[in-house]
Amino acid sequence: MNSQTILMLAVAVLGVPLLLIGYITLSERLLGKAAHKRSSSVRAIFWIAPAAVLLVVFLVYPIITTIILSMKDAASKGYVGLANYKYVFTDQNMLLVLRNNLLWLVLFTLVTLTFGLLIALLADRVKYEAVAKSIVFLPMAISFVAAGIIWKFMYDFQPAGAPQIGTVNAVLSAVIPGYQPQAWLFNTATNNIALIVVGIWMWTGFAMVILSAGIKGIPTDVLEAARIDGANEFQIFRFVTMPLLAPTITVVATTLIIDVLKIFDIVYVMTNGNLNTEVIANRMYKEMFNYHNYGRASAIAVILLVAIIPVMILNIKRFRQGGANA
Amino acid sequence: MHRHASSKSPLSRLVLHLILIVICAGWLVPSLGLLISSFRPHNLISTTGWWTALLPPFKFTLSNYTYVLTRGHMGISFINSLIIAIPSTVMPILIAAFAAYAFAWMRFPFKETIFLVIIGLLVVPLQLTLIPVLKLFNALGLTGSFVAIWLAHTGYGLPFAIYLLRNFMQDLPGSVLESAYLDGATHPQIFFKLIIPMSVPAIASLAIFQFMWVWNDLLIALIYLGGTQAVAPMTVTMSNMVNSYGGGWEYLTAAAFISMLLPMLVFFTLQKYFVRGILTGSVKG
Repeated sequence: MNSQTILMLAVAVLGVPLLLIGYITLSERLLGKAAHKRSSSVRAIFWIAPAAVLLVVFLVYPIITTIILSMKDAASKGYVGLANYKYVFTDQNMLLVLRNNLLWLVLFTLVTLTFGLLIALLADRVKYEAVAKSIVFLPMAISFVAAGIIWKFMYDFQPAGAPQIGTVNAVLSAVIPGYQPQAWLFNTATNNIALIVVGIWMWTGFAMVILSAGIKGIPTDVLEAARIDGANEFQIFRFVTMPLLAPTITVVATTLIIDVLKIFDIVYVMTNGNLNTEVIANRMYKEMFNYHNYGRASAIAVILLVAIIPVMILNIKRFRQGGANA
Repeated sequence: MHRHASSKSPLSRLVLHLILIVICAGWLVPSLGLLISSFRPHNLISTTGWWTALLPPFKFTLSNYTYVLTRGHMGISFINSLIIAIPSTVMPILIAAFAAYAFAWMRFPFKETIFLVIIGLLVVPLQLTLIPVLKLFNALGLTGSFVAIWLAHTGYGLPFAIYLLRNFMQDLPGSVLESAYLDGATHPQIFFKLIIPMSVPAIASLAIFQFMWVWNDLLIALIYLGGTQAVAPMTVTMSNMVNSYGGGWEYLTAAAFISMLLPMLVFFTLQKYFVRGILTGSVKG
């Protein structure tokens, strides 16, 4: 770390806040204590301006530009109409990418939700609930890159006969007689699933924590009433817990879907999209940096946006219905 | 708390414990294998399973850590990660707090419309912004600098920060703010002396959430910092190591564990805030 870096860090950590505090104090000084209607709107603009500028520069303007770029050629010079979109939906490799994302979407979301719900329900009934939940939640705290390394090691493959150092092959060899060790990340029949497992391992804790909060929110007397009426545990789950939990499940599923559409790091670290494992975000990265085709890269990004628009509308609707506290 | 405990037979209790313990073991084993392997010497890690290290003779070493911290660039990358993450956490929170205060307690035209736009921006995939922002940074000569990544993380973190803080600030007792205002307090005084101290729980959750997000980020760093090793955070250095070392497990495991140290520390000490941040963050993409 050189002295210039230290200076920059000091500016960023101390200087920027001081600058902002100075800015807001000064703008208030300018407005004076005039608390009239017009000045209150002007005041609000001062308070919002820093955020608004950054939001426009880093989100609003780039989104619009990307949509325009998606209709231009590789070097963003001339317009090519919808050619990039045609490529996205007809090219053999792109179709594989879309298939992989669909596989992630369905498998990752369903299994993560199921595990999250199962663990939340089971942990609710034991004394070591907090410990169990911490263990499952821990992967949420680490990076996808670290998780990628952890699981590459789990999936390590040595030829049959040699001692397996990867946990997965070692356990399966010990349990299944005559088991042939698998190269999980290289075999095109298994590698996508192997990557999805890593995502599930990381995100189940998230689903579990939110669903667990939902389960604890179900009033005890409702469950007691069902029990007195003679319902067994499964019936209670099916006809009481599940319906009451439905809104929570929707929230978790929505979040998982948003995240899985953008999945990048796991694939980048573990296979770099080789051997039929490429997903949308990795493809976009390659179009951008390996092929320098900004038109196609932008079109791929717009696909992500289109996929997420329903969620966006849902969020906005939910907010408007819930009013202030949605 | 354990309201179901009484209603089950001993056998089904046993099955319950068994399932839960197997799941917990399954979740813990991958990290445990990494941790143990990171202390094993090269010749053993590549020829025997990490579980054999649990039995004597115990042969552990710190040399993997010394190697990755010095020659493996993980030492400098650890510092880079801090340099990236601290301003990228402080800046968006302060800027968002200003805006959130205005959204919660001031009246201005198009207030609801602007806020709806921010809610829309919550879930926008960052991929949509990469090319134009990179072009902008290139034009300004900022690509590969910490300033670029601070600004980017600040911009990207704002929608969620504004959303969370505005919702929290709105529920603060209006009567307290009202009477402070009547006593002649200015907006900055109310903001810094009342709003910020009262918002500490929300700010804490937000700070942890944003810090962890930046700390664990690979994509943004990869794109705006280019491949320059001098400014690379740990995520970038580790992904380079995966490519260059291939099966050098002794280095990869040690590097991964170093990158997990701080998040795990945060997780175990501030779990309450961390979980709360995740809970409230469940609308964010």
